[in-house]
Amino acid sequence: MRDADLKKIIGQLLRYGVLSASVIVLTGGVVYLVRHGGQAPQYHAFRGEPDQMRQPALMWQAMLHGEGRALIQIGLLVLIATPIARIVFSIFGYILEKDYLYAVITAFVLLVIVWNF
Amino acid sequence: MTVVVFTAVIFTGALVAGLLGSLTGLGGGVVIIPLLTLVFKVDIHYAIGASLVSVIATSSGAAAAYVKEGITNIRLGMFLEVATTVGAIVGAWLATWLSTSLIAILFGLVLIFSAILSFVHLADPVLTGEPGGLSKRLRLNSSFPTPDGEQPYFVKNVIGGFLMMNIAGIISGLLGIGSGALKVIAMDNVMRVPFKVSTTTSNFMIGVTAAASVGIYLKRGYIDPGLSMPVVLGVLAGAFAGSRILTSARTSRLKTLFALVILVLAAEMIYNGFAHNI
Repeated sequence: MRDADLKKIIGQLLRYGVLSASVIVLTGGVVYLVRHGGQAPQYHAFRGEPDQMRQPALMWQAMLHGEGRALIQIGLLVLIATPIARIVFSIFGYILEKDYLYAVITAFVLLVIVWNF
Repeated sequence: MTVVVFTAVIFTGALVAGLLGSLTGLGGGVVIIPLLTLVFKVDIHYAIGASLVSVIATSSGAAAAYVKEGITNIRLGMFLEVATTVGAIVGAWLATWLSTSLIAILFGLVLIFSAILSFVHLADPVLTGEPGGLSKRLRLNSSFPTPDGEQPYFVKNVIGGFLMMNIAGIISGLLGIGSGALKVIAMDNVMRVPFKVSTTTSNFMIGVTAAASVGIYLKRGYIDPGLSMPVVLGVLAGAFAGSRILTSARTSRLKTLFALVILVLAAEMIYNGFAHNI
């Protein structure tokens, strides 16, 4: 695999990552609005999200119960995963190029991001 | 106001913010947070969470177009991401400790700073001469395509740029914005990288920087799906439209107008912060 191929793959990855995330968020949004659209929004005071909106495993369960808000969160997770996936691809790219200094630098960046999830 | 109306209004606001942010290069986040907190009285933590996610969306969306063109200096971006991601985590951690009023005041100050920075004359890039020691060892010097062929350039003051990026990362994690203006200044005026390279490389870094702090926001329950949905979709649609109609002719007047809007919003944020309304 050459550098140009990798760039092409990364470009496609970003494009489809954002596109699929948007579609999932939009779908979840439609479900949410259909079911809760008539309620009053409550964002004046900070209460913090419930556990199902904070932990991916619980989000997944809530989504299976047809909860639009959980589907939106999953779409947002796909969105967040897009630049992270790009980092992973870059590490492979640097290893293929035998540029070990940058493979290590990139792996460090990945570690910093993943460590905080 | 019902959720449907609220969502429609927020979507429209985010669309305009994304459009203006993309046309002026200042990003949509700088408008979306004041809009949500000042106009819609949304708690600033929710506003920052929604903005942070939209920053990832626009950065990744725009980067898809840039990667192919070979202007982005990916090595430079990766190296500086060490500084921005660590900074972003410090910033997100600070956001959970500082009072919302203080965050509002800091936000206002950063807004003023960004608006002024966008008019600062950028230093000329270093295109000739000897490559510096550190930038050579880190293989940061590169070239970019021009109509006359590949133009090589040299990266100066690596340590200074790295430290400035660390601050940009802290601000991004604390306030939920891309801090693109600060990133471009660090690369242009400190590291003396050509403007085309610094804007695309900065955009490349913004998404990764935001991804580092967003996990903390999610865990703390700052990311609300009902609010993030219209913000992300609106900013993304606006930024996409902006990239399609980008004509350099009238952007300088638009930039001045946008900077004035930002200054007014900044003053409001600072006032409300001191009055403890936020």
